[in-house]
Amino acid sequence: MRPILMKGHERPLTFLRYNRDGDLLFSCAKDHTPTVWYADNGDRLGTYRGHNGAVWSCDVSRDSARLITGSADQTAKLWDVSTGRELFSFRFDAPARSVEFAIGDALAVITTDNFMDHVPTVQVKHIAEDLDDQTDESALVITGIKGRINRAVWGPLNRTIITAGEDATIRIWDSETGKLLKESDKESGHQKTISSLSKSSDWSHFITGSLDKSAKLWDARTLTLIKTYVTERPVNAVDISPTHDTVVLGGGQDAMNVTMTDRRAGKFEAKFYHKILQEEIGGVKGHFGPINALAFNPDGRSFSSGGEDGYVRLHHFDSDYFKM
Amino acid sequence: MAAVAMHKQQQQHHHTERWADLLDDDGGDLDLGMLLPPPVVMGPDAKGIKTVTEYRIDGEGNKVKVTTTKRVRTVRRSRSAIERRSWPKFGDAAREAAGSRLTMVCTEEILFDRTRATGSKDKELSTKVDSLVKANDKGGGLLMVCRTCGKKGDHWTSKCPYKDLAPQQGESSADRPPSSDGSASQGGRGAGVAGAYVPVFRRSGADKSGADVMRRRNDENSIRVTNLSEDARDPDLAELFGQFGPLNRVYVALDRATGASRGFGFVNFVHREDGERAIKNLNGYGYDNLILCVDWAAPRPN
Repeated sequence: MRPILMKGHERPLTFLRYNRDGDLLFSCAKDHTPTVWYADNGDRLGTYRGHNGAVWSCDVSRDSARLITGSADQTAKLWDVSTGRELFSFRFDAPARSVEFAIGDALAVITTDNFMDHVPTVQVKHIAEDLDDQTDESALVITGIKGRINRAVWGPLNRTIITAGEDATIRIWDSETGKLLKESDKESGHQKTISSLSKSSDWSHFITGSLDKSAKLWDARTLTLIKTYVTERPVNAVDISPTHDTVVLGGGQDAMNVTMTDRRAGKFEAKFYHKILQEEIGGVKGHFGPINALAFNPDGRSFSSGGEDGYVRLHHFDSDYFKM
Repeated sequence: MAAVAMHKQQQQHHHTERWADLLDDDGGDLDLGMLLPPPVVMGPDAKGIKTVTEYRIDGEGNKVKVTTTKRVRTVRRSRSAIERRSWPKFGDAAREAAGSRLTMVCTEEILFDRTRATGSKDKELSTKVDSLVKANDKGGGLLMVCRTCGKKGDHWTSKCPYKDLAPQQGESSADRPPSSDGSASQGGRGAGVAGAYVPVFRRSGADKSGADVMRRRNDENSIRVTNLSEDARDPDLAELFGQFGPLNRVYVALDRATGASRGFGFVNFVHREDGERAIKNLNGYGYDNLILCVDWAAPRPN
């Protein structure tokens, strides 16, 4: 395959997200400007200007009308997808890291970092259909997690919120009361910072990638460990194929060591593992730095990766990929 | 007088001719443009290949035939996705210079590097060990698995520090691969399958000189296929040779630059007798309008 290279960002990529139809790809980077691309040919459709810091993550509503982004400038912003206009800005007193719309797009979960003397929080905001009704108030604030929360997502049917982060523990919270329901086992769970978390398309299970050089597959309701994928480098990004029994892992050494090694030794490939057999299927090379973000197209026929090198690489699988 | 008049007339005639020539020349391009054959559009055919043949005049007045081959892909999109296609660009994208080339198709062909050989789908279980060996043989260090102690990425089997501690393989059952020897790749998976492939070096009576046997065997069952059609790819070869028995490697030599087939390939059979049958049946076999030349591959020079 000949990947499409998209050089719209000047700084390392942080997050990639496809919309539900799989025709738009949203990319976030440390360069303050989230960007939207056409997911088939990689043409840039537009940019969302207004953030004043690195953008850590984004999510798009089911109808692809609204985008929410979380940034280090201590805001999370709502955008009009089609025009790039800023609709609303949620202010926090710490950088906003992870954002996600709930099913129905009426709620959003936003995490804030531990910053100065603020503890990390998970906050749930109401997203009003009419912008005039939009408020800054949180419907729920969860505290009590030590260390940065790298990812917070909604559990099945919006009943729970799943968090993962620096303390290597995955927690499931009640999204109504904010009560801690489950916590991952210290023994079988990750040993180091969990860098990424991605849900299966039916939300029944999810995968976490960690700096302990492994990725783990978990049941989204019971938090049972289902599978472990062992690799030889820290995992920065993970995703689950929506159509095939494959998972993709991306990573590489620390960004600070990149210049000291050869591209081949750096292991900057996206690694594909069989979801069930847990064995490595293959890899796709290309990035000049660690992979920070990975996303499968909802149709399962392509995937994109974003690297520390500032490139987004869009790969359309060759036909032999489907004959596995 | 008459002569002069005549000359004058002639001159005038000459002049008009020139003028007419010019006029002709002016209109000439247009006329020629109309005289050019209309563009011919062929396809798209079953593979989605569409060929457009156009004729035009280039800068030096030469008639040029331009043949464009395109692959047409039909993509199914939701209505809203089609609507989004026509959205005007916004933000920085709207102010983008035409030649900024933010989006480029990679000039390099990136392969999906398979850890395991293609075309060995249902033989996966039994040939697992062999594909691992093959991956090791490639020398990429991609998947260095020690078969003695099962350690990954540390050392080769022949260099295993625990070699002496490994149980002797000769005494174990001849019919199934022993899973007790700790070969991580094989453990448990191959053992339960009835009639699973037993590597040569583990069969009773085979000599047990380890890696050497493995390499020799790998070479021995390698078949070279030449005069191969350019359209033939790994899966085609796997299909063709797979009917004779399990394969552990299928490889069609491709040109690095163009990706086109170089017209030859290699197939490794798990069993030598299958390979013999394949050679007997396929040497001289007509495949894709070419006659295949199939024989044992020459052993590697070392």
